[in-house]
Amino acid sequence: MTAIVDYGVGNLFSLKCSFEAIGENAEVTSDPGRIREARRVILPGVGAFADAAEKLRASGLDAVLRETAEAGKPLMGICLGMQLLFGKSLEYGEHEGLGLLRGTVRPIRDILDERGADPERKLKIPQMGWNALRLRRNSPLFRYIREGEYVYFVHSYAADGCGDSLLADTEYGAPLTACVGEGNVMGCQFHPEKSGSVGLRLLKAFCEMGE
Amino acid sequence: MITKRIIPCLDVRDGRVVKGVNFQGLGDVDSPVRLAKMYSESGADELVFYDITASAEGRALFTDILTETARQVFIPLTVGGGINTVADFDRVLKCGADKVSVNSGAIRNPGLIGEAAKKYGDQCVVLSVDVKRVDGVFRVFAKGGRVDTGLDALEWIRRGVESGAGEVVVNSIDTDGVKRGFDLEMLEKVCEIVQVPVIASGGAGCVGDFITLFRSLPGVDAGLAASIFHLGEVQIRDLKREMKDADIPVRI
Repeated sequence: MTAIVDYGVGNLFSLKCSFEAIGENAEVTSDPGRIREARRVILPGVGAFADAAEKLRASGLDAVLRETAEAGKPLMGICLGMQLLFGKSLEYGEHEGLGLLRGTVRPIRDILDERGADPERKLKIPQMGWNALRLRRNSPLFRYIREGEYVYFVHSYAADGCGDSLLADTEYGAPLTACVGEGNVMGCQFHPEKSGSVGLRLLKAFCEMGE
Repeated sequence: MITKRIIPCLDVRDGRVVKGVNFQGLGDVDSPVRLAKMYSESGADELVFYDITASAEGRALFTDILTETARQVFIPLTVGGGINTVADFDRVLKCGADKVSVNSGAIRNPGLIGEAAKKYGDQCVVLSVDVKRVDGVFRVFAKGGRVDTGLDALEWIRRGVESGAGEVVVNSIDTDGVKRGFDLEMLEKVCEIVQVPVIASGGAGCVGDFITLFRSLPGVDAGLAASIFHLGEVQIRDLKREMKDADIPVRI
């Protein structure tokens, strides 16, 4: 069973449906017991970082997620869920995340400015729409994915300084982090549950981990 | 590069698509779920479901369909029609919508955009505007384009985005149904004033109209159309191939 962690952030209906579509048993749950029993864990999320991080702490689920990571169980964050796996976010101030991945979550605009990309500020923030994946490292997550396939993004912030844990990026004026992973902890910035067959194939590969 | 999106729009009444769609030799199809699946498989980047039901029964049917579509189709789904309150947002988001488009509801209660954006995030709120020229100025029309609200369209769009709309669908009543191309003049004005994605609607009659749209206005992010897709006059697969040949970034 795959546990989809429900901590009151975002709508998990489509995500659950996408697991059903690949014949995987997924359970939306906030029960630490069920999350511990799961073979693998998904941390979803949309919205604001600070609010979501606070909800994880208040519910005690942050400790359960750290435990999941330490136990070597596959743990994947999606969109804001991925951002929460990092140690720090600079979204409206500075906020602490779970610290399970190397790197910092920063405003896309700052990343573009720093690299001298988009000096006329023509690119829209958030990046919203389909963009191509550039695979940077081998990962079991990409077992069924080819270089250049398109996935659906909606984000105003991106993980930066991920070092070797960067698995894939996407070009939006500058390269932006699309997939990260260090051992059993991984994340994708885009929405696999909204990325058509490419997204379903990525989830399938994830579900083959921890078998 | 981020790609330009192609979005078919389906009008749904009492659980069926209003104008049945003649889909590539499959005859007349009016099941929204089947159509959504077919469009998704033929390369649509996103879908819009527009609820034109008036009755409570019809509304319940609509949410059932939405739920079933979300179970089977894994591309972004925008829902519009009859969205007047935050509770309406809640109703369709729970059934699998990703974005919710407001039109007349926001004209009656301009606070709706801000309220919804605060609760669900800007990315979730789409401002849909029906625009028509009146005495040389762009005016907002309500009630499916029948009533002149007297509002200046550019000012209305600017305010909507300021309040939290994360995307704007601009439907030109002047070009809608004419099939001689999008309203480039109006769209250009809109692109000048907003930083959020702009979706062009109204006027597409052939593949070339989309090419002209994206070539002449780089600020436009997506093209939306209904009947040309439904009637099979333009196949999404062919359209995207021609866009690619014209060096327009597109997902194939």
